[in-house]
Amino acid sequence: MLLYTVKRLIQGIVTVWFIATATFFAMHGVPGDPLMNDKAVKPEIRANLEARYGLDKPIHMQYWIYLKNMASGDFGISFTQQNREVNDIIREHFKVSATLGILAIVFAALGGILWGALTALYRNRAPDIVIMFLVILGISVPGFVFAALGQLSVVEINDWLGFTLFPVAGWGTVQHMIVPSMVLGLGTMAFLTRLMRSSMLEIANSDFIRTARSKGLPVTRILRKHQLRNAILPVITVLGPSIAAITTGGFVVELVFAIPGLGRYFVQAVQQSDYTVIMGTTVFYGAFLVFMVIVVDVIYGFVDPRVRLE
Amino acid sequence: MSDIAEAPSPNVPDGAAGTGLDVRSLGQILYLGGIGVVALGVLLWLLAQWNEGGAGEAVDAATGTITLSLGGEPPQLDSTRGTDAVSFNILGHTMEGLLRYDAENRLVGGVAERWEIGDTTATFHLRREARWSNGEPITAHDFVFSWRKVLDPVNASEYAFILYVLKNAEAINNGEMPVESLEVFAVDDRTLQVHLEQPVPYFDKLVAFATYNPISEAFYESRQGRYAADAEDLLYNGPFTIASWVHGASIRLEKNPLYWDADRIRLNAIDYAYFTTDPNAIINLFKDGKTALAGLVAENLDDALQRRWKIKRFSDGAVFFMEFNHRPERLTRNYHLRKAIQAVNDSPELVYKVIKLPGNLPAASLFPVWLKGVDGYFRQEYPLADPAPDDELGRRHLATAMEELGLSEPPTLVMLIGDSPTAKKQAEYYQNLYKQKLGIDIKIDAQIFKQRLAKMTAGDFDIVAAGWGPDYDDPMTFADLFASWNENNRGRFDDPELDDAVDVARSSSDPKTRMDAMARVQQILFDEAAIVVSYERGSVYVSHPRLKGIVRRAVGTDPDYTGAWIE
Repeated sequence: MLLYTVKRLIQGIVTVWFIATATFFAMHGVPGDPLMNDKAVKPEIRANLEARYGLDKPIHMQYWIYLKNMASGDFGISFTQQNREVNDIIREHFKVSATLGILAIVFAALGGILWGALTALYRNRAPDIVIMFLVILGISVPGFVFAALGQLSVVEINDWLGFTLFPVAGWGTVQHMIVPSMVLGLGTMAFLTRLMRSSMLEIANSDFIRTARSKGLPVTRILRKHQLRNAILPVITVLGPSIAAITTGGFVVELVFAIPGLGRYFVQAVQQSDYTVIMGTTVFYGAFLVFMVIVVDVIYGFVDPRVRLE
Repeated sequence: MSDIAEAPSPNVPDGAAGTGLDVRSLGQILYLGGIGVVALGVLLWLLAQWNEGGAGEAVDAATGTITLSLGGEPPQLDSTRGTDAVSFNILGHTMEGLLRYDAENRLVGGVAERWEIGDTTATFHLRREARWSNGEPITAHDFVFSWRKVLDPVNASEYAFILYVLKNAEAINNGEMPVESLEVFAVDDRTLQVHLEQPVPYFDKLVAFATYNPISEAFYESRQGRYAADAEDLLYNGPFTIASWVHGASIRLEKNPLYWDADRIRLNAIDYAYFTTDPNAIINLFKDGKTALAGLVAENLDDALQRRWKIKRFSDGAVFFMEFNHRPERLTRNYHLRKAIQAVNDSPELVYKVIKLPGNLPAASLFPVWLKGVDGYFRQEYPLADPAPDDELGRRHLATAMEELGLSEPPTLVMLIGDSPTAKKQAEYYQNLYKQKLGIDIKIDAQIFKQRLAKMTAGDFDIVAAGWGPDYDDPMTFADLFASWNENNRGRFDDPELDDAVDVARSSSDPKTRMDAMARVQQILFDEAAIVVSYERGSVYVSHPRLKGIVRRAVGTDPDYTGAWIE
């Protein structure tokens, strides 16, 4: 088991190295560089700027220096936020993205399980049809539409109430977090509802439920102890990848709700050709994803010995 | 996210739990759901403790605080190295140079209480009561230190060029002379003596620019390379200080009690609580009463009108134009081809029917209407005849061009543009216009910011949609843009007559001679069709009815809240 974990970790490190290398060369291959600005500068000044950031060295040297710094956990200083270290940017803003992501996933899981159980209970009747229609909407409408609609609704609701129930944008308090995390979790919630529904239906027909029923157990007890418990398992399984997807995919929501998360930096850095921030955030997100996958794999390894043998 | 096929579930009767579908099952689910919601609430509360933030209402008369949104984190508050609008805006509220602009856009004394500007010398007498936020007096040495810093090649300041009027400045910046050879002297603590390379009639306007701000040497050195990195890594001498700065999230300015003119400042705090460039977020925050000012875009203008908000406009100073590539290998080097495109240009149509945002002005001249000339406004003193679109003339020019270029049919040209929706809308308009009127095909090349700059610099375009904003309040800030030596002349327009006119305007101290020369620049750009001007940009915005005294301007701190108050 230890050997398996170590093997997976080494694979993970190789993957991250590959991500870093591919990003590095792709980034340098794109026209434009971080030192370009609205106002053109004289060649002399440009040379000084290049020297300051080490861009005057040949590309393989830059790559080597970059790898060395990365290995020691130093991503350098941002080109656009000229006084900030990339490490600080990640530390200060990932916290916000993580908060948003965790809330969104909890919201999605809670809603998904509840709605899924409900639809299964009312199969092919009015609540099921209505909820499943909403689920199709939730799956097919892209996140940025929900974000914009969500914000607009908040404005209208506050206007109608005459006081601020939920803030329109910004970050920091409980009220700030609710609407963005709901918007971010909506797609996943719809997906989990479907999953939960089919899982519930499958289990309703299984032998142990029939046994429980024939034993004369109360319906509520069957539902809680047998049906829900077993039906939740596949939902838990897909939660792992969903966490990574939501935490990294929140940048649209961050943009619309003016949330100081890392996703915004990730996107802006690409637009600004901010080399150090592009590398820092890509490697960080890459490592985060790889790590989540490894954790899931190792847990599987514990649960299911067959995984280890492969 | 991938979807999964719904698992087949044969033989399941309606009502999955069989006979169990009853109020109790539903009650069970609701009960579990209730527990979940409570748990979610606890989690929310815990996470809120881990994060920081929160802001008040748009205006708060009791505390004298206004809340605003800002375009983003200020990238560089070191005045020797800052280049962007957000940084300059924060600097404009927290710092002060020798001179500043008042609410009526007149130059008034800042740190300097008196000044004399001669032909090639200038002397500034500093106020005794001007202090840094640590209580130390501001001295002439603070200016000498920061100006040398700007020009020090190691500092690689991108705005160093704006100090090139100082004696020896350019040579220092090129690394040909040591920084100590800059001919700017602290005669004593309160007298600053400046020598200029040549007469600079607008030198007083230059020193109001943020790159000319003072920096305390002792403080700068004490930060050991972290100067301006955080709120406590700056010394302030302006109306406000930065009280708190949560990176990427908010900046709060509070009144500076040590500011020499503190009695003039009526607001106690300016809270930039939201960093966003999203037009919808900006307008929604304003609607919700959370911010005191919001810029409008064409998409939310109708909404603003319906709500009967008082919409205000101002000219933000910038001019937008189609710049031709004049490099030898390009078709657009052909005079008649450029004249053909110029002839069919219809600026009013673009402004009123395509962009449709009030505030923008149709234009034919590179020099915007707000620039001052000899006595009044430059454009009134030197009007540029702007002929109506003439398709027939355009086709004649095109025929000549095709003959000269040896083309059998109208050419295809590459138009380089930015990736904003407005840029695309505009480019599609031009594409259609040139096709219809001249039969010229336009290939639109939309690029994100840095890539567009890279292509502009490399000359990888036939026409580029470009713009220029003023740095200082003199027509020269536009006039030298297309001089052959200017690095920002991306189309490499090269005309000895224009260079001559720029030289005259730069070195003469007689206002009439200077403005005549500027007018020659204006005429040459039009006659040679070096560029085709699209419009002068105006901005429209709404502000809180109780917030008074906001100043919007083309040159200098904008928007300027230093003189604002809550009614």
